[in-house]
Amino acid sequence: MYVAVKGGEAAIASAHRLLAEARRGDPAVPEIGVDQIAGQLALLVDRVMTEGSLHDRDLAALALKQARGDLIEAVFLVRAYRTTLPRFGASEPLDTGAMRLARRVSATYKDLPGGQVLGPTFDYTHRLIDFALAAEGASEPAAQAEPAPDAARAPRVTDLLGQDGLIEASPPDEGAPVGDLTREPLDFPAERDLRLQALARGDEGFVLALAYSTQRGYGRTHPFVGEIRVGEVEVEFVPEELGFAVPLGRLAVTECQTVNQFHGSAAEAPRFTRGYGLAFGHSERKAMAMALVDRALRADELGEAGGAPAQDQEFVLAHCDALQATGFVEHLKLPHYVDFQAELELVRRMRAEHAEATQEAAE
Amino acid sequence: MPDVESSGNEALAARRAVMALCALAHPAELRAALAASEAPEAEDLRPPETGLVMARGRIGGDGRRFNLGEVTVTRAAVRLAEGETGFAYHLGRDRAKARLAAILDALWQQPDRRHAVERALAPVAAREEAERQAQARRTAATRVDFFTLARGED
Repeated sequence: MYVAVKGGEAAIASAHRLLAEARRGDPAVPEIGVDQIAGQLALLVDRVMTEGSLHDRDLAALALKQARGDLIEAVFLVRAYRTTLPRFGASEPLDTGAMRLARRVSATYKDLPGGQVLGPTFDYTHRLIDFALAAEGASEPAAQAEPAPDAARAPRVTDLLGQDGLIEASPPDEGAPVGDLTREPLDFPAERDLRLQALARGDEGFVLALAYSTQRGYGRTHPFVGEIRVGEVEVEFVPEELGFAVPLGRLAVTECQTVNQFHGSAAEAPRFTRGYGLAFGHSERKAMAMALVDRALRADELGEAGGAPAQDQEFVLAHCDALQATGFVEHLKLPHYVDFQAELELVRRMRAEHAEATQEAAE
Repeated sequence: MPDVESSGNEALAARRAVMALCALAHPAELRAALAASEAPEAEDLRPPETGLVMARGRIGGDGRRFNLGEVTVTRAAVRLAEGETGFAYHLGRDRAKARLAAILDALWQQPDRRHAVERALAPVAAREEAERQAQARRTAATRVDFFTLARGED
């Protein structure tokens, strides 16, 4: 049990002033602007939005500034902020098939209706430090080309495969209520909607490591990346007082669909199965890792041998949230004087008993 | 009454188009649009308020719904002296902008002002379209055609 302490107010206030000064850094160096963070550390901002589970670029950038760039601290700030706001309701489901694409690649098909576009990617760079970036200067303007006639319509790759029945269909929307772990604590076994919500806000490093573990043999699912698409989707909301879908604006998201090991039974012909990942912003690694883990967590449903960490939903879902994890680990540094005093006395008593017993045996 | 219904659908589509433009507009663009529409006084039906909407996705892109995460949304509701009520719901936290949009929504509902509001928002549509085309051209330059190399037999 944690017993609270009192006192230390003056030291705490001074520590926070010191923090503010440390955050600012050398006053001779210009202060970083929230717009600079939002614009130039964009992928970090995307990660704070995804794991903070709140899409708001300026807020995530401000949280990063306040947190001195500490990702999990920034997620903490964003999550705390959201608890101060009322919830108006839930959006209409995003239509990722109608995404305004900034990037779209497939590892399963070369030729896709709508084509493959690389967009702004680190892929195929040489990963050599570019010292020119240390000197400020304008970069070369982006190349331009006339979009191909078919570029306007780019159906999801899984929809193409689905037409031939070679791949399982998405689980149908039968109007069942949508689970929400921000309203009800997770209960196991959790349905796939709740698992995806937990993975979407889960720590990228943890989800990535689990995804990697499935590739190395701990719950193997033989994934191919059917498609990754990055871009903007319209988001709509039906306010009660209006009764029709109001366009709220556009959200940046990344979607990953994996095509996995096929599955068949006496009753069903073999076909590919799928994993799904979706994240705010340009969060490709996260969406991929999420899709791999989503598929691994379907082991029971698909009658696969389980037992690997990535297939154990209680292990995965109860530990993937960076905020919960850091809360419990970091609370250890707060004063535990009373607990420790109790343990100290226990050890002293045990040692005295041990010494007595040893002496008696010797006599 | 199919004609009434279809004209109702057209009107709704037009109102939604105006709402969509307001959501995408910069605050200065909305101020300019409102100035151009000679807006009368409006009272708050509900003061502008920032809250959350849970953004939903679909499993596999087209299946069962799930909660992806929340988005900040700001809403406003106003009433014109003439009686029309206007609403706005926008991504983000800009309360002043949501109020401007709610006034434009109310003005649009006055039949004799509808076209003036749409005209006043035309520059927003033009900027959006120009940005969309510019982005599409930059993306198109990264379109890739991979060749598969024949695997060696030995």
